[in-house]
Amino acid sequence: MIEAPDLDYAALAPLLFLFGAACIGVLVEAFARREVRHPVQLAVALVGTVGGFLSAILLASTRELSGDGADVTAGDALAVDGAGIFLQATIAGLGALSILLFAERALDPARSSFVAAAAVPAGSPRDRELLTSERVQTEVYPLATFALGGMMLFVAANDLLVMFVALEVLSLPLYLMCGLARRRRLLSQEAAVKYFLLGAFASAFFLYGLALVYGATGSVRLSAVQEAVTDGGGDTLLVLGLALLIVGLMFKASVAPFHTWTPDVYQGAPTPVTAFMAACTKVAAFGAILRLLYVGFGTDEWTWRPLIYGIAIVSMIVGAVLGLTQTDLKRMLAYSSIAHAGFLLTGVLGFDATGDSPGLSATMFYLLVYGLTTIGAFAVLTMIRDGDGEATHLSSWAGLAQRSPVIAAVMTLFLLALAGIPLTSGFTGKFAVFRAAIDDGAWPLVVVALLTSAVAAFFYLRVVVLMYFSEPAPDGPTVGVPGLPTTIVLAVTAAATLVLGVVPGSVLDLAGQAANLVG
Amino acid sequence: MDTVPADGLLSASWLLIALPLAGAAVLLLGGRRTDRWGHLLGTATVAIAFVIALACAFSLDDRQVAVHLFTFIDTGSLEVDAGLLFDPLSAVFALLITGVGALIHVYSIGYMAHDPRRRRFFAYLNLFVAAMLLLVLGDNYVALYVGWEGVGLASYLLIAFWHERPAAATAAKKAFIMNRVGDVGLALAIFVMFAQLGTVTYEGVFGSVGLLAGGTVTAIGLLLLLGACGKSGQFPLQAWLPDAMEGPTPVSALIHAATMVTAGVYLIARSAPIYDLTETARTVVLVVGAVTLMIGAIAGCAYDDIKKVLAYSTVSQIGYMFLAVGLGPVGYAAAIAHLLTHGFFKAGLFLGAGSVMHAMDDQVDMRRFGGLARKLPITFVTFGLGYLALIGFPFLSGYWTKDAIIEAALDRGGVSGWVLGGVAVLGAGLTAFYMTRLMLMTFFGRARWAPSAPGRPAPHPHESPSVMTVPMVVLSVGSVAAGFLLVQVFPLDEWLAPVFGEPHEAEHVIAPAVVATVVTAVMVLGVLAAWLFVGRREVPVVAPERVSVVTRAARKALYADAINESLFMRPGQWLTRALVWVDNRGVDGAVNGLAAGLGGSSSRLGRAQTGFVRTYAMGMLGGAVLVAGALLAVTAG
Repeated sequence: MIEAPDLDYAALAPLLFLFGAACIGVLVEAFARREVRHPVQLAVALVGTVGGFLSAILLASTRELSGDGADVTAGDALAVDGAGIFLQATIAGLGALSILLFAERALDPARSSFVAAAAVPAGSPRDRELLTSERVQTEVYPLATFALGGMMLFVAANDLLVMFVALEVLSLPLYLMCGLARRRRLLSQEAAVKYFLLGAFASAFFLYGLALVYGATGSVRLSAVQEAVTDGGGDTLLVLGLALLIVGLMFKASVAPFHTWTPDVYQGAPTPVTAFMAACTKVAAFGAILRLLYVGFGTDEWTWRPLIYGIAIVSMIVGAVLGLTQTDLKRMLAYSSIAHAGFLLTGVLGFDATGDSPGLSATMFYLLVYGLTTIGAFAVLTMIRDGDGEATHLSSWAGLAQRSPVIAAVMTLFLLALAGIPLTSGFTGKFAVFRAAIDDGAWPLVVVALLTSAVAAFFYLRVVVLMYFSEPAPDGPTVGVPGLPTTIVLAVTAAATLVLGVVPGSVLDLAGQAANLVG
Repeated sequence: MDTVPADGLLSASWLLIALPLAGAAVLLLGGRRTDRWGHLLGTATVAIAFVIALACAFSLDDRQVAVHLFTFIDTGSLEVDAGLLFDPLSAVFALLITGVGALIHVYSIGYMAHDPRRRRFFAYLNLFVAAMLLLVLGDNYVALYVGWEGVGLASYLLIAFWHERPAAATAAKKAFIMNRVGDVGLALAIFVMFAQLGTVTYEGVFGSVGLLAGGTVTAIGLLLLLGACGKSGQFPLQAWLPDAMEGPTPVSALIHAATMVTAGVYLIARSAPIYDLTETARTVVLVVGAVTLMIGAIAGCAYDDIKKVLAYSTVSQIGYMFLAVGLGPVGYAAAIAHLLTHGFFKAGLFLGAGSVMHAMDDQVDMRRFGGLARKLPITFVTFGLGYLALIGFPFLSGYWTKDAIIEAALDRGGVSGWVLGGVAVLGAGLTAFYMTRLMLMTFFGRARWAPSAPGRPAPHPHESPSVMTVPMVVLSVGSVAAGFLLVQVFPLDEWLAPVFGEPHEAEHVIAPAVVATVVTAVMVLGVLAAWLFVGRREVPVVAPERVSVVTRAARKALYADAINESLFMRPGQWLTRALVWVDNRGVDGAVNGLAAGLGGSSSRLGRAQTGFVRTYAMGMLGGAVLVAGALLAVTAG
């Protein structure tokens, strides 16, 4: 007789909102009339994400989550702790912003970034017919909510098996969403297939690692793994398992040398989906990395520390240096994302098994500010268009400031934040993670990080210079007038980027208070 | 001396930063609507800031006043307050920045009158002033860093202001990169302070820096020096400053002569309590100062571009200031005094050069000037006064402040004192030479005017409008009187005593009167030499090709660019190329070979710009093998 585990429904509320919305979304798809599907789906997805966000905040404010207040539920499979709730709220919030980007219908003359009917072969007469149709493949909303639910489960998983299930729940919808672009469909479908194949490959690594860890410790629970690690640190099976788990997670976080998919997929996917992946997937993957390393292997930090150290350096250098040679803005932001993954790993190294780890709060804060800025930057990308859809080639951004000073100023703000210039959120975030690493004596890493961020600043500022100092091309792109959803996203992300740069105190404080992992 | 909370007028000192910042925001966001009055608004904000700074300085009566603004970062272990510190040192800088800044804003109204983007220019200038004031008024190193990056950004934007000239874009890039190298040093110094002391406020750091191990203090000192070298164009990061002259001339005057480039001197002077504890770092500062002083002076002798000569002169004069702060407590006040007088006469010289260029259709080649004294009388007189002040003509500004530095160097005693003093005296002679050469080639001799570009009409020199000449006159009055006022009437070292300690009469190795006589004699020798080599004969309109090795080296600025290129730029390019190659072809090629060897069974799954899925998968597999290997190696070892 198997006893049903106790469920702490209040603690699960954020997850329930997302998965509930996803299931309702599927039903809507089946039963609602085609004409009303888009608004209904949008409403359901927004209720789910905003509800998840608010319930996470409510949960954090009503419960004592630090110290002994951290708890587990659902038969020890899920953690209810400060870091988990903070990251869940971050994912749900960023997810709501991404969904707003999905819903934008005013920018593209074809009425949406998403394809009208994904099953119609690209380039066929029917496909050309549907290019300007009102129809949209509205399944993208339940797919996104499922992915968000998976991500939120991912960061709360207290159990490697749950973590794997969550990884699949978040990955599969993402693969599909990558292939749903309305324009340049072949590129988009190719990106989806690539992402799927490589993602499956990475999942296999994760699963193999999980099996090895189970073989070594007899359990998949992180607390049990921790005990086993503490008892017999250098067990080969266990270490090999850890290595494979790290590979699987680093892939999702697009850390070099597991980054190879990133530029192609970021470029091919519809831009709102790219924004979604760049922000939310990054948060989820780093949430899992933090939990695995800090909780599962926290007592044996010297096993993984040199490795993370090396990977961080590789990722920063690859991202910053290859970013220099990019001429496509989406690819450039992809390499930027790789470099930022390296900076995030710098924060992850601010770990101290005996005391409180500044790295945890610093990394969480960085994830939040990076997510907001990235969504904003991609939102701007969706607005600069020529006859062929989005104009992402660098040359078409020349002289943008003369056409649209406000949009150029907003983009400049985001780029400065990505470069880590003071008085933007990017500076505060970098300051926090570098300080965490220095606290732990990793100053050579910080030297590399500072140098690479100097290199990376160069390619961000190149765009700024191009926008302000170049003459616009005569047949250059137009700046679309965004509808309400994109306007909201731009306003929120720009305000957050500025506010978190000038008065980040309260949010840093919040991340500091939330920085605990049950274990 | 303890810091007291601000009261009365001083608690409004944040307005100093807020006003120009608001000006920049209005001008940038207001768009074309503000074109008609934008320049007036930009000038007004800085002028009002000057008045406030003046009032604040008068109500200071040697206290150090803290203004708490808000808490910037607060997370348990890290607390950074955004606060201002208004003390005699920052007061002096605030006055210099807003005072000279206001004059240069006025001048720019005339200088940029015909530029369609004048409003934008004023917006950037306002932005610069705000950032520079934050740099000197912040009460902690993070605020300083924020200002430091801000002035770097403004400088970058202003150097590239005429971006349609490729040289301007390249110069901006170079300035940006070399400054970033310095910024890394400053950032690291701040992180080390925080890691070791748990605070970044001046008060906290200086209060507890004595508890640190000597090596750490030296490391902090050297890292701060790296930052200072980047910003102030000191050896080995001096090469960007002369190139920065591609920006509009008022920018050269304000940013690349009077204020921003002296930020390094401010940083070291502000960090005096750190340098007091580390003899090693101080010695390095001395060496950097002395070497830069000579490099700047030698290169200044060889260039024909009027602005580049002035730029190398700036490099050299800041070298004097570094030399002075490197001397320790005896030198701080002398360095600041020279910084102030230099701010006056060098800004005046640049504005004069701008006036000459204005008259000569933007020509900068001195071989194409000549005989301008009668055509541009006001420019000639004001420029001439600045020239006399710079070469240390008795009783003008430079005489008082440069002599003080030379004396302080000689007073150090021993071999090092003689060497440093000798270098400083020799530098004074070279300064006299290259500045006299500049004067002779520009204002005297036969007119060698020619069209500035093929197809342009020949220039008809005319005096600039009064909106440009008035600031030049005001600055020339400063060039004449500031030194006397700061050394004799209102001694700066007493005003700065709350920061650097009471001045004390040094033991003189050589009597000051003797030093003054020798320096003046060397100066006269330099002037005579210039007259012998340049003034007596006809100036060739094309630079002679057959010249000595020394001249050739000087023309190349002692090969600084070549050295930078081979040390930093080339390896950087190689790294980029190598990584791109690996990314695009390397892995792919290896896999193609492998696939062919195995019979090429894998089919093409899709092709994008960079390669195949199997390539990527291979890369991941390689990475996974490395990760597993590394972890096993760590545990085994």
